[in-house]
Amino acid sequence: MVDILKPEEMYNSIDYKIPSDRWEDVPPDLTLGNFCYPTKKKNQEYLGIVAKDEWSPADEDWKLPENWEEIIHEGFKERLDKYRSLKVFMDICVRCGACADKCHFFIGSGDPKNMPVLRAELLRSVYRKDFTTAGKILGSIAGARKITPLVIKEWFSYFYQCSECRRCSVYCPYGIDTAEITMMGRELLSLLGLNINWILEPVANCFRTGNHLGIQPHALKEMIEFFCDDIEEITGIKINPSFNRKGAEILFITPSGDFFADPGTYTMMGYLMLFEHIGLDYTLSTYASEGGNFGLFTSSDVMKRLNGKMFAEAKRLGVKWILGGECGHMWRVINQYMDTMNGPADFLEVPKSPITGTQFSNAASTKMVHIAEFTADLIKHNKLKLDPSRNDKFKVTFHDSCNPARAMGLLDEPRYVLKGVCNHFYEMPENTIREQTFCCGSGSGLNTEEIMDLRMRGGLPRANAVQHVHDKHGVNMLACICAIDRAALPPLMDYWVPEVGVTGIHELVGNALVMDGEIERTTDLRFEPLNEEEEQTDE
Amino acid sequence: MNVNYFYSLLAVVGLGSVAYVGAGVAGLQGVFGIFIPYLAVVIFISGFINRVMGWARSPVPFRIPTTCGQQKSLDWIQQNKIDNPSTLFGVIIRMFLEIVLFRSLFKNTRTEIVGDKIAYKWVVWLWLFAILFHYSFLAVVVRHLRFFLEPVPFFVTFLEQIDGILQVGLPGVFLSGITLLAGAVLLLLRRILIPKINYISIAADYFPLLLIIGIALTGLMMRYFTKVDVVKVKELTMGLATFHMGIPEGGLSGLFFVHLFFVCILAAYIPFSKLMHMGGVFLSPTRNLANNGRMKRHINPWNPEVKFHTYDEYEDDFREKMIEAGLPVEKE
Amino acid sequence: MNDKPKIIIGLIIFFAVFTFPFWYNHGTASSAPEPKLTDKAEQAKHCVRDVDFMRKEHMQLLDGWRDRTVRDSQRVYEIDGKEYMASLSNTCMECHSNKADFCDKCHEYASVDPYCWDCHKYPKEKK
Repeated sequence: MVDILKPEEMYNSIDYKIPSDRWEDVPPDLTLGNFCYPTKKKNQEYLGIVAKDEWSPADEDWKLPENWEEIIHEGFKERLDKYRSLKVFMDICVRCGACADKCHFFIGSGDPKNMPVLRAELLRSVYRKDFTTAGKILGSIAGARKITPLVIKEWFSYFYQCSECRRCSVYCPYGIDTAEITMMGRELLSLLGLNINWILEPVANCFRTGNHLGIQPHALKEMIEFFCDDIEEITGIKINPSFNRKGAEILFITPSGDFFADPGTYTMMGYLMLFEHIGLDYTLSTYASEGGNFGLFTSSDVMKRLNGKMFAEAKRLGVKWILGGECGHMWRVINQYMDTMNGPADFLEVPKSPITGTQFSNAASTKMVHIAEFTADLIKHNKLKLDPSRNDKFKVTFHDSCNPARAMGLLDEPRYVLKGVCNHFYEMPENTIREQTFCCGSGSGLNTEEIMDLRMRGGLPRANAVQHVHDKHGVNMLACICAIDRAALPPLMDYWVPEVGVTGIHELVGNALVMDGEIERTTDLRFEPLNEEEEQTDE
Repeated sequence: MNVNYFYSLLAVVGLGSVAYVGAGVAGLQGVFGIFIPYLAVVIFISGFINRVMGWARSPVPFRIPTTCGQQKSLDWIQQNKIDNPSTLFGVIIRMFLEIVLFRSLFKNTRTEIVGDKIAYKWVVWLWLFAILFHYSFLAVVVRHLRFFLEPVPFFVTFLEQIDGILQVGLPGVFLSGITLLAGAVLLLLRRILIPKINYISIAADYFPLLLIIGIALTGLMMRYFTKVDVVKVKELTMGLATFHMGIPEGGLSGLFFVHLFFVCILAAYIPFSKLMHMGGVFLSPTRNLANNGRMKRHINPWNPEVKFHTYDEYEDDFREKMIEAGLPVEKE
Repeated sequence: MNDKPKIIIGLIIFFAVFTFPFWYNHGTASSAPEPKLTDKAEQAKHCVRDVDFMRKEHMQLLDGWRDRTVRDSQRVYEIDGKEYMASLSNTCMECHSNKADFCDKCHEYASVDPYCWDCHKYPKEKK
């Protein structure tokens, strides 16, 4: 790993001064520490997509296939014919600049090519040359440029400096969505075998084992049982979740990050405790053991291949509907792609909470409900015994994850749950939350160590807003509903705001939940003291 | 001097000269007054339709609205029905506000580093200039219908009264002409003076602004300074509108033909340029779709057959380990 | 999702709006009005200024007359060694007494609504 600047140095290094050279003449920085490592060939081969021999973005010659220009041209053409979004977004941008300073990577790096408009121009300039009359005739005067190996390098650099968070698209007068542009750019790169390992390895894992982390079925069972032991130690209650059980009412699917790494594991414990408490008839699947979908960051075909397992497993097990855990991009896939790609889910029923009787008509077709919707409904109907004071040592703020915010609109459900399970909740400034929320800086498969500098820069706007409520209200816990957040925000907080921890909201639910027959709790789910004696000074 | 606006300025001045010399000096008034306007209208309308149909030919495979507010979920959670519409009606309202009031642009903020905090301040300027520019343009276009309609309908005269409400000068000042020029100049200055915007601008951004400034300037010149015989102008334009083409006796001034030529160039240029945002704004899939992806099935016409990793393949791979761990299997 | 019908309806509206003048006028050409001269005007042969100037700039001339008359009490307009009384009602309308045929036709045609007659009386037309 490359050493990165100290926070203060990094903060002071941000410079919005525009370079004197035209952007077309500024080559991308592909020195070590500024690019994601390419994928291992075996992952591409396993998935049966274009495979490329070992190479490094730092190489002068990327040894592209001989007909690479034709591949890109044909690939571009195919996507223009398949996606109206691409066609329209290529044609109608007026370069008003409204998006320019909305990107967290631009705010943190000052690199003009991280302005969404220029990120799109990287593609658009080639589009003009290849597909428009004016571009063919007038060339650079019309903003067209011929594709060269250097342009491919530039694409690789900058389409892997976009986390597909869609914040720019909120401000664009035409709704131009850079996530669409980046997805197309990455698909084109993929046609040349240019994938990054931090995305493709999870994809290959997920394809085989059912989850990104490559956890095999027996290991998954052990992990969950391990959590159950912890829960027993804390609450005195023994939970025995079922796996791959046919005939269960509900299939529960959550991102595999929740099985594996803190603090996601505590969130997993929270789910298990909640389900036990309400007596939910559910099962976990080892085959469909991944809520997330790194296929979204690869190509629509790969996304579909991974996503297909959810419905397939629900059908095999004969469940009535699917409940989904806290995850960001997972919910973009479920809300905007799943039914179209792998539906119709006519073998399932419209989800209905067995506890409250509430019918989730907003999931009438996909038959998949978000856990925050589910839990908010439980709390609203007073079905949970909660002791929010168990979370009193936490002063909590909430980070809206990009995809649930801007590709779904899941904003008030998690807030309602949070307010139900903790006493100290503070919002970050309004331009940094809800649909204006900032990315953690590591979304869309960029959560990889080798680009730590970029990740800390990209996460700065989020961290800075946390800093604000930390200074103002003493906030010490950042709640989120995304597994990538739970992996990416802890290092981000350590770097910028070291006094703030990270939690999923169902960890806090688990803390506050008073289960039937539980022993008196002395610790929270992290085995840290509860501090119940602490005086309530707030309000 | 940035080559982008140099080329654009050169192009506009060049085009103006062509019309001035061609119609004013060389006497090609028939070409500039009849042939080119018809050609421009044909290119504009057919080009516009062609471009929109080109967009329409590509499907919208996925339902990808950008949601800017609370989704429809539980009954007791207040949905933001405009920014996160779940019905066609909501989408219509969202699109209406977007197209008529430039709502997204109104949310614009400016990011500033202030000490150890990053601040996002609401800024209204871009929205204001844009509104000024577009509505002035609309008013000017509608006002010009007086040259193409006989009798002049009420809405044109009504607009003229509103537009001339100040009742200063003679002929009375029409606000829209001045604000159109001001809007275009402000947008141009913004492009030239703000380094970030300057950096992202290409010639195709300057050219239409300069062309519109040219149109506004020549128009204002004719109305307030050098004067034309408006009855003769209308004789020409009505000839065009009724297919009884002819150049009025004695002809018209060179400046008039510069004005007309600029307008023709603009109309013919629209279908091939970013000015197609006029049609494209209606077709942006992030705005014109309801966020009901989980409620209703959206069909992708090219939904591909892909290779899944089936449960059977999975079990074949891990059967022994599963049995050993006590996990249920399909085949023992 | 097939939204082509909606798009085509949109394009039909577009087409209708932008070709509005063609079908509003039904393709019938009403030729531009020519200001009608009364016998008296015919006989006078020349006006205060030449025809081309009057066609384009009569409003400026009248505006100047009004300002000088009202503000400076200068009632005489001198040009080319001739003197005229700077008066719409008395000088202009003396010859051009046919307001409907001389003034209104063109003003209506060009959708111009001058406010001369807010204050001035116009002479009764002699048929």
